[in-house]
Amino acid sequence: MTDTASTASGKPEEGESRRDFLLLATSTVGAVGATLAVWPFVDQMNPAADTMALSSTEVDLSPIEEGQSITAVWRGKPVFLRRRTAAEIEQATKDDSASMPDPQTDAARVQKPEWLIMVGICTHLGCIPLGQKASDPKGEFGGWFCPCHGSHYDTSGRIRKGPAPKNLLVPPYTFVGDETIRIG
Amino acid sequence: MSGSKIEFKNPVLKWVEYRLPIFSFIDSSVGSGYPTPRNLSYWWNFGSLAGIVLAIMVVTGIVLAMHYTPHVDYAFLSVERIMRDVNYGWLIRYLHVNGGSMFFIVVYIHMFRGMFFGSYKEPRELLWIIGVFIILAMMATAFMGYVLPWGQMSFWGATVITNLFSAVPFVGEGIVQWLWGGFSVDNPTLNRFFSLHYLLPFVIFALVFVHLWALHEHKSNNPLGIDIKGPQDTIPFHPYYTVKDLYGLGWFMMFYLFFVFFAPDFFGEPDNYIEANPLVTPLHIVPEWYFLPFYAVLRAFTDEFWFFSWFMSWVMDAKLAGVVAMFASVLIIALLPWLDGNKVRSMRFRPLSWMFFLIFIADCILLGYIGAMTAEEPYVTIGQWATLYYFAHFLVIVPLVSRLEKTGQPPESIAAAVTKKTEEV
Ligand code: HEM
Ligand code: FES
Repeated sequence: MTDTASTASGKPEEGESRRDFLLLATSTVGAVGATLAVWPFVDQMNPAADTMALSSTEVDLSPIEEGQSITAVWRGKPVFLRRRTAAEIEQATKDDSASMPDPQTDAARVQKPEWLIMVGICTHLGCIPLGQKASDPKGEFGGWFCPCHGSHYDTSGRIRKGPAPKNLLVPPYTFVGDETIRIG
Repeated sequence: MSGSKIEFKNPVLKWVEYRLPIFSFIDSSVGSGYPTPRNLSYWWNFGSLAGIVLAIMVVTGIVLAMHYTPHVDYAFLSVERIMRDVNYGWLIRYLHVNGGSMFFIVVYIHMFRGMFFGSYKEPRELLWIIGVFIILAMMATAFMGYVLPWGQMSFWGATVITNLFSAVPFVGEGIVQWLWGGFSVDNPTLNRFFSLHYLLPFVIFALVFVHLWALHEHKSNNPLGIDIKGPQDTIPFHPYYTVKDLYGLGWFMMFYLFFVFFAPDFFGEPDNYIEANPLVTPLHIVPEWYFLPFYAVLRAFTDEFWFFSWFMSWVMDAKLAGVVAMFASVLIIALLPWLDGNKVRSMRFRPLSWMFFLIFIADCILLGYIGAMTAEEPYVTIGQWATLYYFAHFLVIVPLVSRLEKTGQPPESIAAAVTKKTEEV
């Protein structure tokens, strides 16, 4: 076919380039299509709709005494809720100017200074730091201590020492009553 | 894997062979039609042992899958049921669990053998690199398999390792949620790990096939590290090495079954007999023993580590540095054919390399020990120096020593060396 066409026109290159164009166009469309078809197979691994739906949790704070903590579960993760003592709050604000890996003021981490609410997952590799129970080790800064690789968090949940790069995450939450919050 | 056709008298064999030359194929791969160096030592048993362990893992694994339930509410219980109620379930599970450890023992020895005898050198570089892919696939398989019984170590090991990917800049969190299929290690994670744990051994099987394809192109290396020059240097694989491999298999099975019957939890962690609890982290998370050296490399990178703060802290944080170093510590093995610049393969003729090889093994064992310890002094500092030494071995010691050392003279040929030995006796 190519031969006949090109001999007839007397310009072999033209017939060739037309064919080349078709080949290139077809393979490009084919390749793009094949790539797009991969997406559903990648995306199916992302959190499914029902998983996404379990996104908010309400917690009653009234039973928590000053200096006590409880752990709630939100999206399968532990959330630390601590009613801080005056001394802890003071320490946290005093340290605002100290040097730390992820500088943040205490005020930026709480809505009401008395209530410190954070996702209780070490920002290093995801262990649950100790410090919720009175008997737990609280690390060198009196907050939380992650035993997995030795991260120390202060009374504002900020990382002060060890391999974790970030402060304990503050989840989105709102006070729905004086002593009730909705996380998520 | 090609070779001469064999002639059969038996009409059935003849009929099959004419249509599908499978008997010639077998004969030229592992039979009398495959010429093998006549001087292979017992260090050459570990490749076939690895293949046998792979087969054992596939068989026991398929049986376990008949009784196992990949759901967070039932996984732990279904494993307990296998141990207590399923007929011989305990045996099959212990064969599989200890088989995993045996697989790594055998393959690590196989790799150190390759390093010592220079089996990675020209023309076996691709064979070596495929080997590194195999060990990577084995690690992924073992990691996901360990999650399935859904004990405390399963859960927390999975949490720590999947969280490694959160160190990737910008997309890290997205990758981790994609791996989990949720916001923490949970049922979707368990399900996909089961699916992949079933799949990967077959991928390994395919990789081993390619590995052997490359092996058979240039044949096995040998303790002298010199090339096969002619038929006088070889003996047929069957019966000489089939019988030697079988003899080695006997000893290996005694070793393996000793653990299965008399110390089945020797390699395991008691914490994994406690069902997974997402709200309580065990005090001391340790991976399986075969990951310990790499885990030590991961943990060496902290903000206080001088090497990190001098050379790396301006491009990445300590967490990412640890993750990069851990993957690099495996991948760097693939570069050995080019890091080593000496033409002489076997370290028998390279005394200085031999010495550094032994120090390197000691360093790997030290890293393994540190990986099992808590993150406290003096372990942290020791782990950091051992990590630096690990990389220095590949990037400084091997390139320099291999290029500068004075090597001995390997013999003329395998045949010459072997016959000389016999005369001496
Ligand atoms: C599933 C795991 C593996 C299996 C089943 C396997 C199987 C084998 C077998 C049967 C042989 C021939 C017998 C022998 O020389 O011992 C071989 C050779 C070899 N393997 Fe592997 N192997 C595995 C993993 C690896 C790994 C992880 C590496 C290195 C990174 C590696 C590197 C080599 C090399 C360089 C040879 C040629 C050795 C020589 O002739 O001296 N293999 N393998
Ligand atoms: S996970 Fe907390 S220090 Fe590593």
